[in-house]
Amino acid sequence: MDTFMTLFLVVVTSALVNNVVLSQFLGLCPFLGVSKQIKTASGMGVAVILVITVSSALCSLLYDLLLVPLGLTYLNTIVFILVIAALVQMTEMVIKKFSQPLYESLGVFLPLITTNCAVLGVALTNVQNGNDLGTSVLTGFGTALGFFIAIVLMSGIREKTAHNDVPKAFQGMPQALLTACLMSIAFYGFKVL
Amino acid sequence: MKKYWQPFFDGLIKNNPTFVLLLGMCPTLAVTSNAVNGFSMGLSTTAVLLVSNVVISLLRKIIPDGVRIPCYIVIVASLVSMVQLLLQAYVPSVYETLGIYIPLIVVNCIILGRAEAFANRNTVGLSFFDGLGMGLGFTAALTVIGLVREFIGAFSVFGISFAEAMPDWIQPVALFVMAPGAFLTLAFLIAAFNKIRTKKNLPVKREVSCNGHCADCPSASPDCKPQ
Repeated sequence: MDTFMTLFLVVVTSALVNNVVLSQFLGLCPFLGVSKQIKTASGMGVAVILVITVSSALCSLLYDLLLVPLGLTYLNTIVFILVIAALVQMTEMVIKKFSQPLYESLGVFLPLITTNCAVLGVALTNVQNGNDLGTSVLTGFGTALGFFIAIVLMSGIREKTAHNDVPKAFQGMPQALLTACLMSIAFYGFKVL
Repeated sequence: MKKYWQPFFDGLIKNNPTFVLLLGMCPTLAVTSNAVNGFSMGLSTTAVLLVSNVVISLLRKIIPDGVRIPCYIVIVASLVSMVQLLLQAYVPSVYETLGIYIPLIVVNCIILGRAEAFANRNTVGLSFFDGLGMGLGFTAALTVIGLVREFIGAFSVFGISFAEAMPDWIQPVALFVMAPGAFLTLAFLIAAFNKIRTKKNLPVKREVSCNGHCADCPSASPDCKPQ
């Protein structure tokens, strides 16, 4: 039971308390760029969950089994970014081959994910904190879940406020940033708990 | 000589990567809780951007078009690893404070964006000045954001506190050095830039370049329309 509680806490901590977008500022480009409609935002969110979970497992394994024994840990940035880029390409090909409807709903978001700093960020944080494989995967999943929650909430708010009459200078990006600011204050509540 | 200063000043002011092109948001918000951090992040990014622009411009006729993005990523990642090791060796304090955001320079949209939009199709000299201008424009933006947040949030300027000089009934707004303050400050600074640009009849960008899709379209050029 205790192990279960610990694992559950890992997921909750990385999803809500240390929300990847709103308190660690990772993955902001897609968060601000693809959050105009709930439908596309949730597609992006699911694609990110998929890629981050798999890539944190792969990166953790590669680091422990290859880089550490060979004494090449300083190469981790290069290795991780290549693994992520290749993984994204492969996921895209596999989905395209096996499920056309899934490809149509998720495929367009996959190329966007290579340069999503949340993916590389999770892989590097896992290594820095010395997480084992299981914790790495759960941290990855939790972080991606946090991204999903944040981007879906954000798109919901943006759909509602898209046609509001805001001052011209604030239209677009500043308005989105102010929304993110209010969400970030709300998420601060989890830290106090 | 004038043709070399053109890309430099374009990058510094007219196409400022942060306030005008709206690129590279993650480090912009994450490390600017004070001016010194913003400044060091800006300079590290400038170093990478400068060298990557030069290297990619030198190799632009050799790199096959089909695999250019992976090639850029490898070049940039190698440079970032070098900067990371240099910082760790010579300025460990900066290395500690910036932490994970140093390796994350690899995925900074400005660098891949400039490689794709500028270095890929211009001479080495021009690419050098473009990298310098864009890098310093980014550094200036980060320093300004850091200054504002530090000033309001902690009553200090470049780490020098002036809290004692303030009367008792004025307290620093701690929110500004926390996460929400980053969004708030950037929103108001971009709005100010928009206001000035509208007055001068310059185009105003309303969205993150190409929906945040940095690598695959000439995203870093101001004429790129979000889909």
